[in-house]
Amino acid sequence: AIRFEQKAKSFDKDKWKNFLIYVEQERGEIHPVTFELIGEARKMAVKVGYQVNCVIVGGKGTKENAEKLLPYGVDNVYVYEHEGFEGFRADCYTDAVADCIAANKPSSVLIGATALGRSLAPRLSTRFHTGLTADCTTLDIRSNTDMIQIRPAFGGNIMAQIGITKSRPQFATVRYKVMDKAEKVKNPHGQVVVCPVNEKMADSRIKILSSRVIDKVKSLEEEDVLVVAGRGVRNEKDVEMCRELADALGGQLAFTRPMVENGFGDVAHQIGLSGRTVRPKLVITCGVSGAIQFTSCMTGSDCIVAINNDPEAQIFNVADYCIVDDLYQVVPELTELIKNRKED
Amino acid sequence: MKIVVCMKQVPATSKVDIDPETGAMKRMSGETRTNPYDLFALETALSIREKTGGTVTVLTMGPPQAEEMIRDAYTMGADEGVILSDRKFAGADVLATSYALAQGIQVIGGADLIICGRQTTDGDTAQVGPAIAEHLTIPHAAWVAEIMDVNEKNIQVRQDLVSVSQVSEIPYPCLLTIDKDTCVPRLPSYLLKKATSDRPVRILSFEDMPDQDLSRYGLIGSPTSVEKMFAPEESEKQVYLEGTAKEKADRLVALLTGKKII
Ligand SMILES: Cc1cc2nc3c(=O)[nH]c(=O)nc-3n(C[C@H](O)[C@H](O)[C@@H](O)COP(=O)(O)OP(=O)(O)OC[C@H]3O[C@@H](n4cnc5c(N)ncnc54)[C@H](O)[C@@H]3O)c2cc1C
Ligand SMILES: Cc1cc2nc3c(=O)[nH]c(=O)nc-3n(C[C@H](O)[C@H](O)[C@H](O)COP(=O)(O)OP(=O)(O)OC[C@H]3O[C@@H](n4cnc5c(N)ncnc54)[C@H](O)[C@@H]3O)c2cc1C
Repeated sequence: AIRFEQKAKSFDKDKWKNFLIYVEQERGEIHPVTFELIGEARKMAVKVGYQVNCVIVGGKGTKENAEKLLPYGVDNVYVYEHEGFEGFRADCYTDAVADCIAANKPSSVLIGATALGRSLAPRLSTRFHTGLTADCTTLDIRSNTDMIQIRPAFGGNIMAQIGITKSRPQFATVRYKVMDKAEKVKNPHGQVVVCPVNEKMADSRIKILSSRVIDKVKSLEEEDVLVVAGRGVRNEKDVEMCRELADALGGQLAFTRPMVENGFGDVAHQIGLSGRTVRPKLVITCGVSGAIQFTSCMTGSDCIVAINNDPEAQIFNVADYCIVDDLYQVVPELTELIKNRKED
Repeated sequence: MKIVVCMKQVPATSKVDIDPETGAMKRMSGETRTNPYDLFALETALSIREKTGGTVTVLTMGPPQAEEMIRDAYTMGADEGVILSDRKFAGADVLATSYALAQGIQVIGGADLIICGRQTTDGDTAQVGPAIAEHLTIPHAAWVAEIMDVNEKNIQVRQDLVSVSQVSEIPYPCLLTIDKDTCVPRLPSYLLKKATSDRPVRILSFEDMPDQDLSRYGLIGSPTSVEKMFAPEESEKQVYLEGTAKEKADRLVALLTGKKII
């Protein structure tokens, strides 16, 4: 391992320039949070005249993935490709990224706040004896190149603004799906820079014994998106119409109790007092009246959409977005829009 | 086998109020509890000890009241407890906290296996574990979901990293952070409570640390600072969508996309 001693508070800010983004790879693909980090870094970079550079570490195919970043307007993509980097291990990945940081002296390093990123980032910031702000949801930069970093703490009950004003680099992990993705640029100008990797750098004390793709069926409670069919949905065919919406959204279909009693679904997919309690990011109820035995078990959801043709329905008391209309008109329309959106 | 479990005392509730005028956190009641995620770390350590023998030491940095948490850990089966407690350690961020904990581990003669929780319920960064491993230059595995096997030389763990489940073998010394709900923490035992009632809790202060460079600890050793705190934005009021069914659907997709909900 490379040891790099840098005492906090004894540094020269001007020696540290530009943004460096850690590019995570997941099963040979670039993790989508990367494009959000690039988008955010580009916005900040123009304010202080910085470059936006990337570093990518991995086994075979890493250089090809590096090329895919250039259309998004980045300057340099530093590549550390070696068979020893097949599969994430915190120790040797830290060595590779630390090598890149020591050589390029970035002012800010942005890493996705994924399971992998949050394992890697604290090792790096510790190695450089500097600060790391966890799980940021808003970033900005002052003209003196200090970042303004905002993050939730106490389980999201408060927001804190964190500064790293007396040491460099400033590290931040950034939550996935909160920043805008970078747009492609007309004339990409960046380049891929292949960095030498020696055996020692790629050597890890951790041995991967097996690695398999998880394709477990998520339980209702784990789902980010739920579509609920209530008694306003009249028959099997119409239930399928709702299921299509759930599929288009990448979520699951759930039911109210009378629907389960009528055999349209099982109890594992029933929301309510005698079923499951859920708190997904999004729930869309279709033809659900909103009885307390139902709503009390889903009001923790981040966003509730209700579709019901009765403006007096109780479900509208708990909904964020209210659609007073015929579900048979609205649901197929929604499914179409979401499918088309996915395709572009 | 010497196992060290890092545990932290946190406020009993994570509901905090911010004074809208001053932006200051309103004083929370002084009530504390053990960081719930750390109970999974302790349980993992105790069940490893059942297989390999050895000792389980609970290490914390915090005020002297943390003794309460250590006593609770004794009633679950921990062998020793150590508190790093000194005004010089106060106001530490992740870098300074992990440095003090790493120093404390050296004072008590090192460890074969160090186990942390996944995160705390107050600072909530999930960074302290990997940072300790880096200070000690030992490997770590974060978000461990299951201990697959354990012997005198190494430990096999399963980590679920979003779309892949990876099983790795790590030699000692090493550090693990344990994910939540991976085991059921045992209940305190009345017999152990009686048996450990006069077991001492070791207190270490700045003077005991091998590195006497004050600038590595507490507030001055912390590169990050909390500049201000504020309440999260209230989600806006209810919206009724207007127009034809198609217009309503259009509007909804635009709203959900804009808010990155879909
Ligand atoms: C609102 C707010 C925001 C903050 N944001 C940041 C930030 O972005 N970056 C930063 O560097 N600091 C930050 N801090 C400071 C930081 O949270 C703590 O001060 C630091 O001491 C511990 O970090 P943590 O609570 O996040 O622990 P985590 O890293 O979440 O804890 C992980 C595990 O480490 C172990 N552990 C943690 N603390 C101790 C301890 N004292 N004793 C023994 N074991 C322990 C436990 O096993 C725990 O389960 C913030 C503090 C506040 C109040
Ligand atoms: C002890 C107890 C436990 C219970 N546990 C549960 C539970 O776990 N889960 C649960 O769901 N219920 C539970 N219930 C039942 C609950 O009280 C309600 O009866 C039930 O939730 C109603 O289901 P629903 O909304 O699907 O049907 P209904 O109440 O019949 O509502 C159907 C809605 O669809 C609307 N609609 C009709 N046609 C259309 C259309 N074309 N377009 C748009 N909207 C249309 C109607 O306006 C109406 O509001 C429990 C009750 C008790 C007493």
